[in-house]
Amino acid sequence: MSFMKSILGSVAAMALTATAALADPAIIFDLGGKFDKSFNEAAFAGAQRWADETGGSFREIELQSEAQREQALRRFAEAGNNPIVMAGFAFADALGKVAPDYPDTKFAVIDVNWLSMPNVRGIGFNEHEGSYLVGMLAAQASKTGTVGFVGGMDIPLIRRFGCGFAQGVLAVNSGATVIANMTGTTPAAWNDPVKGSELTKAQISQGADVVFAAAGGTGVGVLQTAADEGILSIGVDSNQNYLHSGKVLTSMMKRVDNAVYDAFTQGNNLETGNFQMGVANGGVGYALDEHNAALISADMQAAVDAAAAAMTAGTLSVHDYTSDETCPAVSF
Amino acid sequence: MDVMPKWADVVLVPLFSLLLAAFLSALLILAIGESPSEALSLMVQGTLLRSAGWGYMLYYTTNFIFTGLAVSVAFHASLFNIGGEGQAMMGGLGVSLVCLFIPWPHWSLAIVGASVGAAVFGMIWAGLPAYLQAKRGSHIVITTIMFNFIAAGVLNFFLVGALKPKGSMDPATANFPASTHLPTFEDMAQLVGFEKMFRSAPANVSFFIALLACVAVWYLIWRSPLGYEIRALGKSGPAARYAGIGSVKVIMITMMISGALCGLMAINTTQGESERLILNFTEGAGFIGIAVALMGRSHPLGVLLAALLFGFLYQGGAELALWTKIPRELIIVIQALVILFTGALTMMVRAPLERLFLMAWRG
Repeated sequence: MSFMKSILGSVAAMALTATAALADPAIIFDLGGKFDKSFNEAAFAGAQRWADETGGSFREIELQSEAQREQALRRFAEAGNNPIVMAGFAFADALGKVAPDYPDTKFAVIDVNWLSMPNVRGIGFNEHEGSYLVGMLAAQASKTGTVGFVGGMDIPLIRRFGCGFAQGVLAVNSGATVIANMTGTTPAAWNDPVKGSELTKAQISQGADVVFAAAGGTGVGVLQTAADEGILSIGVDSNQNYLHSGKVLTSMMKRVDNAVYDAFTQGNNLETGNFQMGVANGGVGYALDEHNAALISADMQAAVDAAAAAMTAGTLSVHDYTSDETCPAVSF
Repeated sequence: MDVMPKWADVVLVPLFSLLLAAFLSALLILAIGESPSEALSLMVQGTLLRSAGWGYMLYYTTNFIFTGLAVSVAFHASLFNIGGEGQAMMGGLGVSLVCLFIPWPHWSLAIVGASVGAAVFGMIWAGLPAYLQAKRGSHIVITTIMFNFIAAGVLNFFLVGALKPKGSMDPATANFPASTHLPTFEDMAQLVGFEKMFRSAPANVSFFIALLACVAVWYLIWRSPLGYEIRALGKSGPAARYAGIGSVKVIMITMMISGALCGLMAINTTQGESERLILNFTEGAGFIGIAVALMGRSHPLGVLLAALLFGFLYQGGAELALWTKIPRELIIVIQALVILFTGALTMMVRAPLERLFLMAWRG
C-alpha cells in the first residue's frame, strides 16, 4: 500500500513540476559541455541573455551519452518545455525521430539545415565565409607567410572552417603556406586543450605565426600557447579576443548566441523552417573590439570589409567544403 | 575461523563499498548546495519507477554485461583486457557491414548475422594483441590499450570516408534497412498488450542475448575443459604448462572469446539503439566493463548485478542532469567514486569489515 502511495505521490509531484515548467524553454548542450568557451558557451550566453532580459527561466542539460539525445528531447517535450533548442548537428537524427511525436512543441536546432518538419527550425551557418574573412586577416598579419589551422574533431563541418580559412589566406597572399591539423577523431577532440597546445607548438616550429583554432574547448590551449610563444591566434564561435588581450588577432564569430536568443524570444510562436546565417545577414563575421584594435590596421579592416561586402552582394563566393567534400586551397 | 564466510565476503564487501561511495557522494552534493535525498529520489523515480527508465537502465546494463563478461573471462586467465573499447568499436564495424550489405529478410536472421559479424571483428581485434602476448611477450595491457586508439582511427577512417553517405555531416553510416531493426522492449510490450510500456526506450532483444552470454560464460569457465585450462593458466602459468596446458593456445582463445564478447556489445548500441554506426557509440563501456568485472568478482552473476547497478547509475545520472543543476562533471565524479570503492578499494573495506565481522561472530 505504502509503495503504491509513494508511486502516486511521485506521479503527482511529477505532474506538479510539469505544470510549473510549462512553456519554459529548454536548451540541450552537446557532448563538448556547456563551458567550452566556444560553441556551447555561445549557445548558453544566448539563453542567459534571454533569461536576464526577460526574468524567465529555462531548463538545460549537458549530455553525457549518445542515447541521451532522444531521451532528453522526449523528457523536456513531455514536461511541457517549449521551445527546445539543441546545440549541434549531432541532434539531427534524434530530432528527426522525436519531432513528429510532439507536434505542439517547437524545436530549434543549430548547425542542421536539412530537416524539413512543420515544428522544427533549422539554423545553418556559413562558417566558410567567416573563416575566409579571418583567413584574410591572418595572411595580412603574418610575417612568415605561414599560418596554421587547428581543427577539433575531424568532421566535414570543421573542414569547412579550415577550407574557408585557407581560401581567405591564399586570396591575400597566394604564396602563403597553410598548415592544417585536426586534434582528433573522437568527440574528446572538442575538449583537449593539451593536445591543442602541442599542435600549436608543432605549427610554430614549422614557421606559423598566426594560428586559427576551430576546436571548441581545445582552442583554449591553442590560444594560450600562441600567447605564451608570442604569436597571434584567432578564436572561434564566441568572441575570444578577451582571453589574451592584444594577442588574439580576432575571432571568427558564429552568432550561435543570437540564434538561441531569437528562438527563446519567439517562444511558442517560433518561426519554423530552415534558415541560413552568413556574412550577408550577420550570422558570421570577425570580432573587432578594444582587445584587438591595435592588431587590425585600417588597411586590413578595409580589405576584409570589402570582401564581406562582396559576399553580401554575391560577387564573391567562398567554396564550401561540405558541398563536394573537396577543398581547392588546402589538404587535410 | 579467521576469515569471513564466503557469503559475507561476496555480499557485505560490495554493499559497504557502495554505502561509502554513496555517503561521499551525498557530501559532495551537499557541498554544491543541492539536496542528496532529493537527488536520490530523482534517480530512483526516473529509473526504477518508470518503465521507460527501466528501458534505459537495461540498455546500459546490456552494454556493461557484455564488456564485464569480456573482462572477467580474461581475468580468469590472469589477462587484463583493457581494450574493450577498441574491440567493441570493431564489433560495431562488423555489425554495420553485415546490416548494410546483406539483405536480411527478417530481424531474427539479421541479429544472428550481426552477432557473428560483431563477434568475429571483436575476436580479430583481441586476437592480435593476444598473439603478441603469447608469442612475443608484449604485455597485454599495453597492446590492448594501444589497439583502442588504432580502432578509433580505423572507425573514423570508415565513418568519414567509405561508409558515410555523400553530403552527410555526421560521421556515421547510413541508417540500416528496416528489416534489420531489433524489437525494443516497447515493441515486445505492445505484443503482449501493454501499449504504454517502455516508451521509446532503447532496451531491446540484445538484453536477452547478454543474459544468454552470462550463462554461456558460466558454463565455459566452470563446466568445460577449456574453462579449467583457462583457470589453471590464470592461477599459475608454470604449473599449467607442467600439466600440459599450452599457454599460447589458451591465451589466444581466452582473449578471442573476450574480444568477441566486447564486440557483441555493438548489436545493442548499433543495431538496437542507433540503427546506424556512429562514431563514439561505445561511450566508455569497455572501461566500465573493468569496474563491472572487479565488482562482480569475475562471476557472471556478479557481473549481471554490477551491470544493473552501473545501468542504474547511468540512467539516474541522466535524470540528475535533466532536472537538477548538478553539473555533469559531478555526476561523473559520483560514478567514479562507485568505481573507486567497489573496484580499487575493496581491500581497504574488506580488512576492517572482516575484523568487525569476526568480532561479532565470536561474540
